[in-house]
Parts: sequence; C-alpha cells; structure tokens
Amino acid sequence: MAQGNSDIRYLTPITVDTKKKKYCRFKKMRIKYIDYKDANFLLRFVNEQGKLLPRRITGTSTKYQKKVAQAVKRARHLALMPYVADLLK
Amino acid sequence: MNQYETVFILTPVLSEEQTKEAVKRYEDFIAKNGGKMVHQEKWGMRKFAYPIQKKSSGFYHLFEYTNDGQLIAELEVLMKRDERIMRFLTVKLDKHAVIYNEKKRKKKKEAAKAKSKEKAQA
Repeated sequence: MAQGNSDIRYLTPITVDTKKKKYCRFKKMRIKYIDYKDANFLLRFVNEQGKLLPRRITGTSTKYQKKVAQAVKRARHLALMPYVADLLK
Repeated sequence: MNQYETVFILTPVLSEEQTKEAVKRYEDFIAKNGGKMVHQEKWGMRKFAYPIQKKSSGFYHLFEYTNDGQLIAELEVLMKRDERIMRFLTVKLDKHAVIYNEKKRKKKKEAAKAKSKEKAQA
C-alpha cells in the first residue's frame, strides 16, 4: 500500500513530445508564386475567423509569408475570401 | 513589356448579352491601346464570400495581356466609371507568375483533352 510514486510503471514507455521541426512549405515544394485566385489553397493560412495565421504556427518563411499575406488580401478584395467570418472551414 | 492580369466582376443584373458586350468593350479597349491578349477566362457567375452592393453573386472575368503599362491607368479609370463593374483588380505578373499561369493553362488543356478522349471512347 505504502508505495512511492517511483513504482508506477507503464506498459509502453511514455512518449515525450518530440517537436516536429516546422518547415516552409513553399521552400520545400519549390513553389515560387502564390496564386490569389486559388482560395481553397489560401484557406490553409487563415484561421476560422478568416484572419491570417502567424508564421510561428504555419512555419512559412518571411519571404513567402509576405506573399501569402498579399495573396489573401487580393482574394478578399475580389470576394473570393471573406474579410471576416465565423466558422470558416 | 510586362504581363498584366485583370479580374473584374460585373453585376449579376445584366443579361447574358449585356455581359458579353461589356467584356467585349474592354477587350477592344485593350487591343486598341496596344495590349496583346495572352489569355482570357470566363469564370461566370460566382457567389461572393461577402455581399457587395447588396448582391451575393457576380459575373467574373479574367484578362491576361502584355503591355508596356501605359494602358493600365486608363483602363482602371474606365472601369471605375463603369457602373456595370462592381470590382476589379489589376496585377502585374512577375516571371514566376507567368510560368505558373502557363503551367496551369497547360494542365487544364490536357485535362480537357483527356476528358474528350474518354468521351470519344465511351
């Protein structure tokens, strides 16, 4: 009964979250141009409210984050994407 | 010479003939002012992501043309004054964009070809 915590055993060793390294998908896939007409693709870079996701979450490099932002803004202007929304996706 | 791309949205109130006429007008304008049409695309009626001028859909059309840039200002003024046009966006295409668009077109063509072939076989 009087056992210490040190006696707890697991059947499978607990996996300590090893963080997956984020990468820039544009660099990896060698995508040079981000199309503002492709709203479905741009949806990956906005949250449910239609706001742009920060780089620290998507892992996009600075160079391409700028282009993503530009493309999203263009898509919004043409009503291909909403400026504000809830429950997008 | 640069390559440009213009997308514009016509009001859904217009009849089919009227939209055609409006598109033709800008096509002619570009041709007249030394623009060379590379490609154009009719997206047709599309729903908006948010209402514009209390309307929920519009007629989209895309022009892709080369020009030295003189015609853009005039074209935009013309579009601004035109009540039939609800929105427009002109973008200068960099070399990556030009390549991307060409690839996209090629893919589409091939897909269409494959489809027609399938139809012929069936």
